[in-house]
Amino acid sequence: MKTTTDTTAAGNGGDVRLTGISKTYGSFTAVHPLDLTVPQGSFFALLGASGCGKTTTLRMIAGLEEPTAGTVHLGDQDVTALPPYKRPVNTVFQSYALFPHLDIFENVAFGLRRRGIKSVKKQVEEMLELVQLGEQARKKPHQLSGGQQQRVAVARALINHPKVLLLDEPLGALDLKLRRQMQLELKRIQTEVGITFVHVTHDQEEAMTMADTVAVMNAGRVEQLGSPADLYENPRTTFVANFLGTSNFIEAEVDSASGDEIVLKAGGGKLVLPGARNSAPTTTGGKVLLGVRPEKIALTHADDAGGIPAGRNRITGRIADSSFIGVSTQFVVDSPVCSDFEVYVQNVDRDPRLLPGAEVVLHWNPAHTFGLDAAQDIDAGVETVEEEVA
Amino acid sequence: MTTVTEAPPLAPAPETKPPRQARKRGRWTPYWLLLPGLLWLVVFFALPVIYQASTSVQTGSLEEGYKVTWHFATYWDALSEYWPQFVRSVLYAASATVLCLLLGYPLAYLIAFRAGRWRNLIMILVIAPFFTSFLIRTLAWKTILADGGPVVDALNTLHVLDVTAWLGWTAGDRVLATPLAVVCGLTYNFLPFMILPLYTSLERIDPRLHEAANDLYAKPSTTFRRVTFPLSMPGVVSGTLLTFIPASGDYINSDLLGSTDTRMVGNVIQSQFLRILDYPTAAALSFILMAAILVIVTLYIRKSGTEDLV
Repeated sequence: MKTTTDTTAAGNGGDVRLTGISKTYGSFTAVHPLDLTVPQGSFFALLGASGCGKTTTLRMIAGLEEPTAGTVHLGDQDVTALPPYKRPVNTVFQSYALFPHLDIFENVAFGLRRRGIKSVKKQVEEMLELVQLGEQARKKPHQLSGGQQQRVAVARALINHPKVLLLDEPLGALDLKLRRQMQLELKRIQTEVGITFVHVTHDQEEAMTMADTVAVMNAGRVEQLGSPADLYENPRTTFVANFLGTSNFIEAEVDSASGDEIVLKAGGGKLVLPGARNSAPTTTGGKVLLGVRPEKIALTHADDAGGIPAGRNRITGRIADSSFIGVSTQFVVDSPVCSDFEVYVQNVDRDPRLLPGAEVVLHWNPAHTFGLDAAQDIDAGVETVEEEVA
Repeated sequence: MTTVTEAPPLAPAPETKPPRQARKRGRWTPYWLLLPGLLWLVVFFALPVIYQASTSVQTGSLEEGYKVTWHFATYWDALSEYWPQFVRSVLYAASATVLCLLLGYPLAYLIAFRAGRWRNLIMILVIAPFFTSFLIRTLAWKTILADGGPVVDALNTLHVLDVTAWLGWTAGDRVLATPLAVVCGLTYNFLPFMILPLYTSLERIDPRLHEAANDLYAKPSTTFRRVTFPLSMPGVVSGTLLTFIPASGDYINSDLLGSTDTRMVGNVIQSQFLRILDYPTAAALSFILMAAILVIVTLYIRKSGTEDLV
């Protein structure tokens, strides 16, 4: 995790600590009792599909939603009972919620004026410079583009030097290109001001690009929390494995588990899994879900199978489909152990024989294998078709 | 920071001219759509206005007939004789408008933001009085405010009538036949015209703006003052206009709930037209009222600066 801390208030003044916080609406539980600590100065993302409780969690930090149980601490202060206007926290709303009757300058100055600060001109101008909107100060929100409105929303929140800035899907309304730009822009601003950012998003790529720490939420619970690389490489549930990127799963049986190496049987062949990357019980004969990411796998035509170095996990199959997408080619391979195995091959040296129908051997370094408890839904967290895949 | 590289323009789009026929028809469509409304306005508004304007400068008598003699003195005579009724009209209408705003705003706010599933029911209750006639509703107030009735008794016991009598709104221990009764009637009758536009403009306010204001250190009262109320200004303006304009020309309330001391300009016009049959004076009074309302409304809109609002 990054440690750009201590640029603002001393110590853990900007830590957000949620203790046993939960929210229920009637019989529906939006957020199950949750403990979460967001360290001062970090860029923290709450990632999950819509309805997973991430926005409710954010709103409880802001004070816009009252928790059913549990407490919210900012640093050492218990703010659970404080109304939003008394919390040193500001929010960038999903639809920006800019005041339509005020110009950009007054929108940005709103928070300062409410706290009784008289001379706001210099601060507002500096803030508008930071988000590169100095020229637009006297325009009304509806005269700006979506990206500009988004930056006004950020400026309007940041000018108050909150201990924590909460961002509720702030880039959701922007088109893909602008979203990329704003991701970098927000990251730059966060590094510059050193304020704790809590960012809610359903876009896994956005979370991974921007955040130091990502909490993946599902059905009102945090499934896993860690750095983007850690979550990607070592998912502990199928939901995380499928929601962040794509994973291939093979249902395998434990053959032998000796120290740091677990040998699994699947479809007559044997596959090796490093003990450290397994989160499933390993009783001999028990089931384990063996996972591997599509880009870790190499594809060799069956005729050349002899040239594959020993010690690699290998399975055989037939190419069912392939699509060329420039930097790589994505193959779907039909194999006895898994019906649609996804393989991404970089287009360095393209083998012209790798066409649909070709018999192939898939092989990868055993170190890239992870093991999950087989008692869960293999397809949990698989993105539905309407979610765009970059 | 925006360096969006634009896609190179495709081959120049071929000049697409819509077929002549379609273009021609399209050009006339707006006028065809305007026609019914325009005809209506000409027949039922413009022509009567011109007719009244000519009546107002006629002289003559009922027996000999009236002729246009450009006798503008009628205006001056009417104004100098009936100015107290004009002043009263404006005063009563303004009081009723303010009362409507004070009563209607909280209700409209409640319906827009807090009513939840009761919203439609309350809306129906607001509109329900319209299902009975204006006249009947006003007559009902005659019963409500009747001498010795429970309302007047209660007000008497609480010594409220002493205060209103001191202010000149009521006389003795009566409410009926006093300015207060007329203003109450006007307020009651025009309240829905205030509530509906207020509700419409309040309902359009994104509740997230309240959250945003709250989030930016505005307490609920400040949020109302700085965000909700300014954003509801279009509703306030149209509500007050829809109340003030008809109220200032009204004569039913004064007729049924007031006395000769509460006569408004509407009563004068009505009696000039229908009883005294002095058409020129009645027409002149109508035009003076129209001009007065136009001036007041123009000043009001300028002052409230609604042309600047979204």
